[in-house]
Amino acid sequence: MSEAKIQIKNLYKIFGKNPKAAMEHVKNGVGKDELLEKHNHVLGLKEINLNIHAQSVQVVMGLSGSGKSTLIRHINRLIEPTDGSVTVDGDEVLKMNEEELRSFRRSKTAMVFQRFALLPHKTVLQNTIFGLHIQNISEEDANKSALRWIERVGLSGYEDKYPQHLSGGMQQRVGLARALTNDGDILLMDEAFSALDPLIRKDMQDILLELQDELHKTVVFITHDLDEALKIGDRIAILKDGIMDQEGIPAEILLNPKTKYVKDFVEDVNRARVIKAKHIMSEINGQDLSGAMPIDQDDFIDRFIDKVISDKPDNLVIQDKDKKNVGFLSTQKLSEILKR
Amino acid sequence: MSNFFTEFPEMPNKQFREFKKGVDASYKDFAREWGDFIDAMFDPLLKMLVFFEKTLIATPWPIFMIVLLGLTYWGSRSIKLVIGTFLAFVFIGYFRMWDETMSTIAIILTSVIMSVVIGLPTGIAMSRSDRTQSIVTPILDVMQTMPPFVYLIPIVMLMGIGKIPGLIAVVIYAIPPLIRLTNLGIREVDKEALEAADAFGATKKQKLYQVQLPLALPTIFAGINQTIMMALAMVIIASMIGVKGLGQPVLQSIYNQYFTKGVLYGLAIVIVAIVFDRVSQSYGQRIQKHRSGKIV
Repeated sequence: MSEAKIQIKNLYKIFGKNPKAAMEHVKNGVGKDELLEKHNHVLGLKEINLNIHAQSVQVVMGLSGSGKSTLIRHINRLIEPTDGSVTVDGDEVLKMNEEELRSFRRSKTAMVFQRFALLPHKTVLQNTIFGLHIQNISEEDANKSALRWIERVGLSGYEDKYPQHLSGGMQQRVGLARALTNDGDILLMDEAFSALDPLIRKDMQDILLELQDELHKTVVFITHDLDEALKIGDRIAILKDGIMDQEGIPAEILLNPKTKYVKDFVEDVNRARVIKAKHIMSEINGQDLSGAMPIDQDDFIDRFIDKVISDKPDNLVIQDKDKKNVGFLSTQKLSEILKR
Repeated sequence: MSNFFTEFPEMPNKQFREFKKGVDASYKDFAREWGDFIDAMFDPLLKMLVFFEKTLIATPWPIFMIVLLGLTYWGSRSIKLVIGTFLAFVFIGYFRMWDETMSTIAIILTSVIMSVVIGLPTGIAMSRSDRTQSIVTPILDVMQTMPPFVYLIPIVMLMGIGKIPGLIAVVIYAIPPLIRLTNLGIREVDKEALEAADAFGATKKQKLYQVQLPLALPTIFAGINQTIMMALAMVIIASMIGVKGLGQPVLQSIYNQYFTKGVLYGLAIVIVAIVFDRVSQSYGQRIQKHRSGKIV
């Protein structure tokens, strides 16, 4: 894979009066609860290492209090870390001065917030151009690009409405349009869809995926919802109590949960909808493939499971786009994976 | 020793007398030394006040009425309020209180302008630093609880009797709510909206003008409204040190037991207060149009 767009190295964040001193305790193995009880400091993040690749969707998942919102705010430095490094395109974000940081935020990143964070005294259009407006870009240019995104998120005709006049889902569309109008490479989404009704949430996820297909931004997406994480994420990082438990592609996390916490998390997931054939195939190694059923490597299990059940083949042969055999999968292994 | 428990160990009479004399004398010296300078400093303010007063009194009453009713309608968009204002000022004019009312409006106008010019930046400064807040808050407490008569004494010693000392007394009395509510309004601005402004790379100034002040505006407006009301309440007391207007006849009525006169001028103050209050409040609500309305 290409060089990581965003590199987070050894990141620590401790909230309290004397974080540097408290960090020593953390390095010596003091946990979150003990740190709070004995030293009166709150552990935000501990030793986070994460490489986020360009044009991919990186999900950071965890329950409330796990530090996921703290982590995303380090990328555009809304929160100062206690220790560690965050680089974007090779530039150290934590060493930027006020001016550099401002221009970094203006040109490279855009953020979508859980509770929308729109300005109530500005109309939909004025909110959407906010990022450009504060860069003193001419009203005409700003409006032109804003109107395009307003249309793209399906809000045409609402340009002159105020946020209070819109439903939650529509407000978040404004939030998304505002972020896209800013045209940075990096889209930071902090539980962007968590406050929405399930149906509207699904709509917004679809809009995001559709846009991502076209725009190829580097998206960092925070959520507490595993289904959402699996649907959106190219890779998923799981945080617990400020510590990163596991990071990997969705199938890897489902098939090989490293800790009990991750295991509990993924237990009830419908694997057939998340795991692709290529994730579970073995190498061919002279295996006899006569009578094996051909399967596309990018198909999810639930796309071909019905056919497997009705035809009852012993083996499946996994093929790439050009119908070249790339691996095989025994029906027995498949059923084990689904049962586990 | 038994005295120690029955009587408080107080400062001896002689020393206390010396102490009072000493403080008085040094303040008098200060007043003599600096009085003229401070007078001169406030000269532009005096000019503004006199200008307002002269203009208002010189304006023919029908023109004043038209302008006032126009402003009332522009501020409130309410015909009811316009009619009420008209009747109120007919009452004032018919009962021979027109000129005094104009003087009072002039001093209210000047003191509210002065309060906003001083109060708004002070409130903003307070909202930006907890340290400033912890210094300014006790000063505001003193300003609000100290009986106005007490701070009239040093003001009069320094500047004599007249319009400016009266104006200063009114501002001291009326400015605290504006400062407090500006501070409160800005501090209560939604943290996420501020974070969003930060995330999009807004400067401090952009945050102030595009996020904090607009979102705090309803609260700031409540502060300005309070300031107007308190300035009107102070007009009577300020008339004791030479502020012309509706306060002086009330004061006369108290000394001479003129019941009807007192009530009439008292009512005139109430009328001016109610008109100012209703118009400024409905203006405050009207500029918040984005807060009303239903979800589409």
